[in-house]
Amino acid sequence: MRRVLHLVRKELLELRQDPRLFGIVIMAPIFQLGVLGYAATTDVKDVPLVVMDADRSAPSRTLLARFEASDNFKIVGVVDSTDQIDRWLDRGEGWMALSIPPDYGQRLQSGEPATLQVVADGTDANSTNVAMGYARALIAGYAQELAAGSQAQAAPPVSVEIRVWFNPRLESRDFMIPGIVALLLLVVTTNLSAMAIVREKEVGTLEQLNVTPLARWELIVGKLLPYGLIGVIDVILVLVVSIYWFEVPMRGSVPLLFGLSLVYLLCTLGLGLFVSSISNTQQQAMLTTVFFFMMPMIYLSGFVFPIENMPAWIQPVTHLIPLRYFLVIVRGIFLKGVGMETLWPQAAALLAWGVVVLTLATLRSSKRLG
Amino acid sequence: MIRTVVAVATKELHQILRDPRTLAILLLFPAFMLLIYGYALNFDLRDVRLAVQDQDRSTESRALVSAFTNSGYFQLVGYVDSDEEITALVNRNQARAVLVVPSRFEQDVRSRRPTTVQVIIDGDNANTASTVMGYAQAIVAEFSTAISLRATPLNSPRASIALEPRIWYNPQLRSTLFLVPGLIAFISMVTAVVSTALSVVREKERGTMEQIRMSPIGPMSFVLGKTLPYLALSFVAALLILVTARILFDLPMRGSWVLLCGSILLFLIGAQAQGLLISSIASSQQVAFQVALLSSFLPTFILSGFIFPLSSMPVVVQGISHIVPARYFLVVLRAIVLKGAGLAAVWEQLVWLAVFSTVALALASLRLRREWS
Repeated sequence: MRRVLHLVRKELLELRQDPRLFGIVIMAPIFQLGVLGYAATTDVKDVPLVVMDADRSAPSRTLLARFEASDNFKIVGVVDSTDQIDRWLDRGEGWMALSIPPDYGQRLQSGEPATLQVVADGTDANSTNVAMGYARALIAGYAQELAAGSQAQAAPPVSVEIRVWFNPRLESRDFMIPGIVALLLLVVTTNLSAMAIVREKEVGTLEQLNVTPLARWELIVGKLLPYGLIGVIDVILVLVVSIYWFEVPMRGSVPLLFGLSLVYLLCTLGLGLFVSSISNTQQQAMLTTVFFFMMPMIYLSGFVFPIENMPAWIQPVTHLIPLRYFLVIVRGIFLKGVGMETLWPQAAALLAWGVVVLTLATLRSSKRLG
Repeated sequence: MIRTVVAVATKELHQILRDPRTLAILLLFPAFMLLIYGYALNFDLRDVRLAVQDQDRSTESRALVSAFTNSGYFQLVGYVDSDEEITALVNRNQARAVLVVPSRFEQDVRSRRPTTVQVIIDGDNANTASTVMGYAQAIVAEFSTAISLRATPLNSPRASIALEPRIWYNPQLRSTLFLVPGLIAFISMVTAVVSTALSVVREKERGTMEQIRMSPIGPMSFVLGKTLPYLALSFVAALLILVTARILFDLPMRGSWVLLCGSILLFLIGAQAQGLLISSIASSQQVAFQVALLSSFLPTFILSGFIFPLSSMPVVVQGISHIVPARYFLVVLRAIVLKGAGLAAVWEQLVWLAVFSTVALALASLRLRREWS
């Protein structure tokens, strides 16, 4: 154990000599969470709308005022002809174009049905779907009001009452920020430990370590502890920012979340050490981490892309990804307030993953070179 | 100058070729990743797990449940009896939505009394929840209309304003067509930054920088020689991704190939310049790696408009997103590939990309020049 402590001390001294690294590792997560937390929203608002009003009557202006007043739309341009719409949509400056036919006001006043045309840019399929929904709801509401003005309408026979649990205002930020916390921890801590052993290999100091009586597991533990310390600081910082700055509702137990974050750190640091032990150069370690581990994790963990949407042959692969389990844990504790009675399978999977990867790292970090 | 550039480039190329693992990762892996992620990623929600609490157990209530299950959007995971069961199912993510049909549902429907069914939705993923909400509302509305039609076969015109939607560029609203260009930009960006981020600092750390400084190679030739091989490599990798996307995901190509290739090159130069700048500033490879990932991985994913619409972000964050080159490239890529837009529609974005590349390259060579003297 004393040998491990010596190694820890050596690592800490090295970290102190490179204050830039220390600063990056501490400051970057806070800064990134601050910006990305605001950016990661799938809410669709202020849809840039282009209008072509061929009617220019009182009813058409009333309709446009409705769009103007809505939070969901923002009229960015008024055009005179249909071909001008092309330009707005091609440049991506307008997402949607509303065109009002010349006989719109006349038809409404004489009680005939009128048709409005909406052209939408379908490239962002997801947002377009939502924006079309907004347009339909706005026009249906307006039409109903017009109809109610002329004749009272009976209530529909079956209506639906929707209750959204955990996030009644459907704020995507509350869902995204816990995810960003998990990703930031992964990026920062795995990077740190991925270089840990291979750097000594490249610089040549691993040979010096080899002639010491240090055992393999002692090498791994001695590398793990100092980086673990940084990880713990990062965990505390990002949790504080999410709870106090972004005010993500914290419905569960903070100590439980903290405890399980430590298990997660075991996985991310262990993963880095494993990569470090199988690489010969720091460049190899970097490429392996980024392409074989980070990319699959960001895409296949359910961070943004729901796992249930994935094809059946990919879904089993996602079980190999520790981030998948940790995301369920963070979101569960934050938004649903659940505890170990619900989360134990995820916690167990995470722990098992960490132990396996650390064992692999220990076995692979042969003391021989080359 | 050209001869020294060629000499440095040849040396770098030899080094890349000697390390087949690195070469394979840089060249083939991007296309392979697209293959997996292109299939994995989509927002088209199907088979939402639905639990049903049917307090009525009647013909009508069963008709409503099958309206949900036959829609193709919902998949029945089971019936529940108590509220506790609902909570447990939702907490364990075994059900995303729960339909509660009240007792006396059939009686109310048959005697034409207005009635209400309840749909509980797990809101943790706001995006999915809004979609599920839309599906549920549409199904119930349709069911309701069918009932009123049953009552009064003579249907009087109801809505006085109809909406005629037209979707351009992607009429079936396939999210793959939107996501694949994003993936191309993301993968190219990360590959390019990562490939150059260690180039200079590695020589510094190993001590070979001294030798290079003593040789008659100027900082300019050094930079060019270091990046050109990687530029060629990333360009080939990007083309491979595009071809894969066209074959596997029916990605259309409505614009000009020349314009597309030019834009890709411009983007890659910017990305590599960013990597080079990091490499020239960093004190060790560890720092370079950390900065490279923090500045390219998450920002390209979140701040570029890849998934999260830029127009929904707060104004300050939109301003910050201007330093993310993928932001410009994505607009260009989607415009050329999906919309068939020409230079007239995308020139502004290309100018921004050029500005980014120039500034990053200038800073990197300034930094290196100081190193030399």
